[in-house]
Amino acid sequence: MTVTKAAEEPLDAYTPSQRRLERERYRRTRARKATAIAALSTLVTAVVLYLVVVNAPGWQRTKETFFDGHYAREALPKVLEGLWLNLRLLLVCGAAVLVLGMLIAIARTLRGPVFFPLRVLAAAYTDFFRGLPLIINLMIVVLGVPALRLQGVTVDPVLLGGTALTLTYSAYVAEVFRAGIESVHPSQRAAARSLGLTNRQALRHVVLPQAVRRQVPPLLNDLVSLQKDTGLVSIGGAIDAVRAADIIVGRSLNYTPYIVAGLLFVALTIPMTRFTDWVTARMDRQRSQGGTA
Amino acid sequence: MRLALRVPRRAATATVVALLATVVGCAPQSDEKAADTPSGSSSGAACAKGALATETSGKLTVATDQPAYEPWFKDDKPANGQGFESAVAYAVAQRLGYDKSAVVWQSVPFNKAFAPGEKTFDFDINQVSISDERKKAVDFSSGYYDVRQAVIALKGTKAAQAKSVADLKGLKLGAQVGTTSLDYIEDVVKPTQEAAAYAKNDQAKSALRNKQVDAIVVDLPTAFYITSAEVTDAEIVGQFENQGAAPEQFGLVLDKGSALTPCVSAAVDALRKDGTLAKLEQQWLSDAVDAPVLT
Repeated sequence: MTVTKAAEEPLDAYTPSQRRLERERYRRTRARKATAIAALSTLVTAVVLYLVVVNAPGWQRTKETFFDGHYAREALPKVLEGLWLNLRLLLVCGAAVLVLGMLIAIARTLRGPVFFPLRVLAAAYTDFFRGLPLIINLMIVVLGVPALRLQGVTVDPVLLGGTALTLTYSAYVAEVFRAGIESVHPSQRAAARSLGLTNRQALRHVVLPQAVRRQVPPLLNDLVSLQKDTGLVSIGGAIDAVRAADIIVGRSLNYTPYIVAGLLFVALTIPMTRFTDWVTARMDRQRSQGGTA
Repeated sequence: MRLALRVPRRAATATVVALLATVVGCAPQSDEKAADTPSGSSSGAACAKGALATETSGKLTVATDQPAYEPWFKDDKPANGQGFESAVAYAVAQRLGYDKSAVVWQSVPFNKAFAPGEKTFDFDINQVSISDERKKAVDFSSGYYDVRQAVIALKGTKAAQAKSVADLKGLKLGAQVGTTSLDYIEDVVKPTQEAAAYAKNDQAKSALRNKQVDAIVVDLPTAFYITSAEVTDAEIVGQFENQGAAPEQFGLVLDKGSALTPCVSAAVDALRKDGTLAKLEQQWLSDAVDAPVLT
């Protein structure tokens, strides 16, 4: 806002009062001050942290051990090759987990006495696999199943590891879905039934869409978590990104490959988060425009 | 208005205080040990018997991984003096003037032993092969054991028939991560299938039993132990020839630039010279006489 040009404007035009101008000026200075203080405190914090790290007595060795360009270059192609395995596992297991988790969640929320055994089984499954430490689950599946010498059952550590991951994560995801289904207000189901929808139609067209949309953030959490846990299939000897880094670290005793692998994992997660944020925002927009989601 | 600005000021003060606390909290650890010992000289004076600048004065702290495997240790008890490496550790301690009661054992995972930062032990004994690359990260004593790498496969399989390195090319091989065994697979055999890398030899053994791999590579004494006691339906296919001019050796691991390195190295050299190492080898690793060499 500049000085008012009252002279050039028509009479009935709005001219902000002196008091209003003053208030706006004051608010602007306040905002400027706040920004300046925030910038300054950020800068001071950054400088202090930088100085603490760089002046630490062990910084030179830490730098050589964790941030060595030569090893970063050596590690990158091998870690990327391993990361391809992580990604394939994530895609296949992720899809399997979503389907299986949804089925288990629906089984747990079925109504009617006839479904009692199904409900009990689903509850037992989620209780067991949520409680069982993933690493032990992997050990049993990857190293124990082949020991059974079953005809026709694979001994491939990647397939077995993927199975173990799917077992554990579908239990997590089933609980997420179930919470979503139960968070939909009963009146929604009642309204759907009173419109003449069958139980199945009410679930399919009214309850589940709302349940899933609400559960996107926790689902994403589980997906990111799964992405990182795919590396655990290296128990069976498969070489994923972290194991590829391990190999170079073991040979050279230089930890840079771990940093490379860590940054790659983070770089993978960020686009995934942004994508789901975008999907959620789009859903919300559609809903607020009165469209049927 | 003034009131509104006082809050940030107070917050700023608090922030500064917090940051100062951080700085003080992260103040450099005092490096007394390095200060009061002359380092680098392996003269007798610097290696005063039983009075070295150890982690705990008057005690020698020796580290190894847990579990400690046969035939290097016995019954997973490094302190019992049995098994080759336990015996070597006590012999080195004796040389340095620390008797059995002054040796303290510590369990340190393989990877942790090489991390930068202050070490909690005086030396680590854990079948660590000496290499120039690793010397950039830690100090090594002189080698106390010349190691050969060997291949194990289940009896009666195609892998067990291998006579040469070329015969191993088409097989699925496995080894433990961080070992030279894995390097041998990648650099010497160069197999057509990607090698399987295991966190522990135990998992490599299971994989061999379960036929998830055709053969595994371990050092020769371990190979003898596995085939005689653990996976009895497996046999040693053969051992690799030495790569390079010098034999591969296990060394004791010390902190980079440790004042003890010259003393410990001198102790190991003396044990080699007077035949103690050979005697201990005979006593604990005598099974590991010879296996056919893979040409």
